[in-house]
Amino acid sequence: MSTLSPTVRPGAAPDQPADEAEAPVRGLWRQGLAVFCENRLALVGLGLFVLLAGICFLGPLFYHTDQVHTDLTAVHLAPGQQGHPLGTDGVGYDQLGRLMLGGQTSIIVGLAAGILATAVGTLWGAVAGFVGGWVDAAMMRVVDAMMSIPSLFLFMLLAAIVTPSVPMLILIIGAFAWLGPARLVRGEALTLRSREYVQAMRAMGGTGGRAVRRHIVPNAIGTVTVNATFQVADAILYVAYLSFLGLGVPPPAANWGGMLSDGLADTYSGHWWLLYPPGIAIILIVLAFNFIGDGLRDAFEVRLRRR
Amino acid sequence: MVRYLITRLGQALVVVVIVTVIAFLILHLLPGGAARATLGKEATLEQLAAFNHEMGYDRPWIQQYGMYVQRLLHGDLGYSYQLNQTVVEAISQRLPKTMVLSLLSTLLAIVLAIPLGVIQAVRRNRWPDYAITSLSLLAYATPIFFMGLMMIILFSQVWPILPPEAPQGFTVAEVLADPAGLVLPTVTLAIVTIAVYSRYVRSAMVDNLNENYVRTARSKGLSERRVVLRHTLRNGLFPIIALLGMYLPALFSGALVVESLFNFPGMGQLFWQAALKRDFPILLGVTVIISIATVLGALVADLLYAAVDPRVRLRRSTT
Repeated sequence: MSTLSPTVRPGAAPDQPADEAEAPVRGLWRQGLAVFCENRLALVGLGLFVLLAGICFLGPLFYHTDQVHTDLTAVHLAPGQQGHPLGTDGVGYDQLGRLMLGGQTSIIVGLAAGILATAVGTLWGAVAGFVGGWVDAAMMRVVDAMMSIPSLFLFMLLAAIVTPSVPMLILIIGAFAWLGPARLVRGEALTLRSREYVQAMRAMGGTGGRAVRRHIVPNAIGTVTVNATFQVADAILYVAYLSFLGLGVPPPAANWGGMLSDGLADTYSGHWWLLYPPGIAIILIVLAFNFIGDGLRDAFEVRLRRR
Repeated sequence: MVRYLITRLGQALVVVVIVTVIAFLILHLLPGGAARATLGKEATLEQLAAFNHEMGYDRPWIQQYGMYVQRLLHGDLGYSYQLNQTVVEAISQRLPKTMVLSLLSTLLAIVLAIPLGVIQAVRRNRWPDYAITSLSLLAYATPIFFMGLMMIILFSQVWPILPPEAPQGFTVAEVLADPAGLVLPTVTLAIVTIAVYSRYVRSAMVDNLNENYVRTARSKGLSERRVVLRHTLRNGLFPIIALLGMYLPALFSGALVVESLFNFPGMGQLFWQAALKRDFPILLGVTVIISIATVLGALVADLLYAAVDPRVRLRRSTT
């Protein structure tokens, strides 16, 4: 409402506009960034993510291991033995090198599926919210229906039909995780569409495209971005569940979830280095994305509140 | 209320119809269709054609969907050649046990999450709040099967007081006769639920504590205890009823993992084994049944919510 007051009270701020028009756009992002940086947990999350991704993607450049050929003369070596800092697994793969390889898959699938889900969901929700009427009702009933199918059942069903590979996993998870973002964006679009400043702009002859570009997208982008980080965290967990249930990527490819579920078999044989490192890695990366998401939410919300 | 009831019932019905359409489409998405899935990889083209003709799979899609719905309404979900029993039979043996597990863990979660959420709201932004929030986040970030395994290591290996396997009874009564075996699966499934619920209770309580009626109650001189427990909690609990319905899909997904880990003879385990054996009649049957259960559960929760909180039905019926 306060956005309208300068036009309502003419002459109240004759020499401000030039500055104000430019400043908020850049200032908002900078403000958001400042708030994000003030949030220690968010920085911890970002640091964790950079650290884990760095180890997984850059680590293999310095730490060379054979993750293709099995070595049955060196199975279940304890950490430190024969130059394996984290030991070896049941077929002789170096566990540290495998963690890096598995992390690559987990992070790639998580990010790609999260982004895919967010993109599809945003599009679906935006169309439903803008068009409204029976199109909106029909589109949202589809979302309701798919939401009532417990997602893990749906993923398992599809993973049983197609042979899971990395792109397939991304498609399967991305194609069904978009329901949450779709609901969110539709809600945002509905509220934003009826906001006074948008209606005022439309009344002054602004086009629908301008409403979308200048008002609705910038306003909804906060919600979408925050949700995307949670989507990534969820996708990483889903990959882990699918692997645990026996429908993950087949070896010699690896992911943290698959390594963790393989480690379950070693619970009673004392091979702890096969169980805890992948488990802790999953917890850390999921926590990292949740922290980043919380930090982003604060950043975007404060940005909106100060306006 | 009547108008809200009719609208909500209609929505639920539409959703169920779309669910069956999705299941039907997936059945036809199968490589080689249902025939290949039933007869196996070695079946000849003639056998496939004969099966398709017998089942009516060579007719137009619309007609096939009609037949599918007709069979569904007659309680015919197909036949599992791998289990050598009808899908309905297999599900009806397992579903009650999954319901017992879900119900027990939901009860446990509610009993623990409400006090936790209230403590968080009353002591918000102080250490009890931060401690519970951190634990919730940790619970949320841990894969359920890893958490379950930690429980097994702690309570049946390091400190052996509980069996690591769920009860193996055939009927619900037999399962309930072994309460010690039920503890670990129930608690494991409840932990994530507690994390989610306590967060909701916290935010609902925080919202309500800022309301005018709370200020009125306080200025009347009521004790803080009475304000929180008698006034705020009653209003703060309403959203939990709706949450119970919304949380059902996640609960069933969790049950799938927990049942597989603890070897609990429920519907999740049935589904898991069917997935590994590519037993598609079971997979589709379970998916349809569990989705309908979810829709019904959400419907009941929404109606209850509207019944206890008039603001809901008034708000919804005007839009």
